[in-house]
Amino acid sequence: MPLIVKRRSILPGFGPALGFTLLYLSFIVLIPLSAAFFKTAALGWEGFWRTATEPRVMASYRLTFGAAFAGAAINAVFGFLVAWVLVRYTFPGKRLVDALVDLPFALPTAVAGIALTTVYSSRGWFGAPLDAIGIKAAYSPLGVVIALTFIGLPFVVRTVQPVLEDLESEVEEAAASLGASRPQTFARVIFPVVLPALLTGFALAFARAIGEYGSVIFISGNMPMRTEITPLLIVTKLEQYDYAGATAIAVVMLVVSFVLLLVINALQWWSGKNYVVR
Amino acid sequence: MLTEAAIGPGRIITARATGEPALVRAVLIGAALVFLGLFLFVPLAVVFAQALDKGIAAYFNSFREPAALAAVRLTLLTAAVAVPFNLVFGIAAAWVIGKFDFIGKSFLMTLIDLPFSVSPVVSGLIYVLVFGMQGWLGPWLADHDIKIIFAVPGIILTTMFVTFPFVARELIPLMQAQGSEEEEAAVTLGAGGWQTFFRVTLPNVKWGLLYGVILCNARAMGEFGAVSVVSGHIRGLTNTLPLHVEILYNEYQYVAAFAAASLLALLALVTLAVKGVIEWKAARETPIRRTRSREGDA
Repeated sequence: MPLIVKRRSILPGFGPALGFTLLYLSFIVLIPLSAAFFKTAALGWEGFWRTATEPRVMASYRLTFGAAFAGAAINAVFGFLVAWVLVRYTFPGKRLVDALVDLPFALPTAVAGIALTTVYSSRGWFGAPLDAIGIKAAYSPLGVVIALTFIGLPFVVRTVQPVLEDLESEVEEAAASLGASRPQTFARVIFPVVLPALLTGFALAFARAIGEYGSVIFISGNMPMRTEITPLLIVTKLEQYDYAGATAIAVVMLVVSFVLLLVINALQWWSGKNYVVR
Repeated sequence: MLTEAAIGPGRIITARATGEPALVRAVLIGAALVFLGLFLFVPLAVVFAQALDKGIAAYFNSFREPAALAAVRLTLLTAAVAVPFNLVFGIAAAWVIGKFDFIGKSFLMTLIDLPFSVSPVVSGLIYVLVFGMQGWLGPWLADHDIKIIFAVPGIILTTMFVTFPFVARELIPLMQAQGSEEEEAAVTLGAGGWQTFFRVTLPNVKWGLLYGVILCNARAMGEFGAVSVVSGHIRGLTNTLPLHVEILYNEYQYVAAFAAASLLALLALVTLAVKGVIEWKAARETPIRRTRSREGDA
């Protein structure tokens, strides 16, 4: 990758700053990341495929991706609702609620994990009533969905919120004056504008959720084939000194993450483009 | 001609057309708050309720334990090393990307963001693959009696990886938006490089910088998955505060576990409060910056 200055600048420090940036980036990020791929290459394609598609690993993919999808979907619906309420309405304590939406970004995942487990276990504040009607929240796949919903909560709110804030009321007024009902205005005028941001938020929440570890392992119960997420399986293999096996699964997760990163970049480009047109 | 009578009813129509009836509004607000309550407010409240379950004395006693103090010390040390490194990196990267044009710039920005899309567990694993006994440098390190994995240096290195992009991604959009005219003027007037940076650039980006540092610090002190893989969980030696919480919880010492967790929850709340103050200050100085820092979250 050639890095050439396109336009001469009179500002100093390009060389040293770029040198330090690339050096630090290589040592902290690129070289360690490449280790995962080199280690897997030593395993050979067949060995990699066998490890990455074991029944127990496949079960963990199903749970991880399924629960991450469910959590992101819940967040798409309720995150949109929260963003809408925060932008459009006033109510007491609104500023505090707005600030607390970022809590899952700031709260260490282990703390979130033990707190959610306490709330949703069969003796917890919400777990007990759910248990009474026959729903087991903690130590079940539902518990994984709960934890991943918590983790992804700020993403949809924070991507949708600025778009709703910038939505001009004239457009809605025009729709109304042309005879559109309120639901029609929402579905045909507001929703299409918000959709790219909503999808971006969904993808960000999903991407964050598939790699999540700390908040899930407490509430999931970690039963093999049933409530064992893929990141936990990597840790389990490491604890058994199965470095090759752990790395093979890690490479699968890395590839999925990188593909998602590309999708998110494309979505952001799309929503950015929409945004400029408006 | 618009008379006041004509404006009056028109306004009502507008309000009705672009707003919802009071009942719908109340239901929507209620639904949003119930959702946030289920997933956010109540779990946060439970941390403090459980920590104080056996009274104030039991709460404070749990901090007297040497293992708890050692965990706090290691957490502070980790942040004290990782945050400055990432701060210097963030400034250098933002200077290069924000003030100069070069080929491969957007690719470099993607690379800087990479650690955010890597699972914490995988972040820990890759350091084991480099520095562990089975890893690239393992045998050499063992020969020279240097311990990185299952020791403090490994914890600090993985924390540096996990918190790598925070400062850079706050500063890059800020420095890009500000352009380089002011700096060029300073240099033309005879200011040196460092002088230009400290007197012109830094004052312009100070809120964004502080914001990045605050977020970087919160994550550095709270990281669990990545640190858990490389720590080895040696009590009093390689346990950070989040790992200490896990051990206590798994030993059914709930009051002590939640007491330690409450420290981390307080750190999170302070982080959010400082973030709010910074956003308010930045918005007062330049109205444009607020929306930008919002986008930076996502």
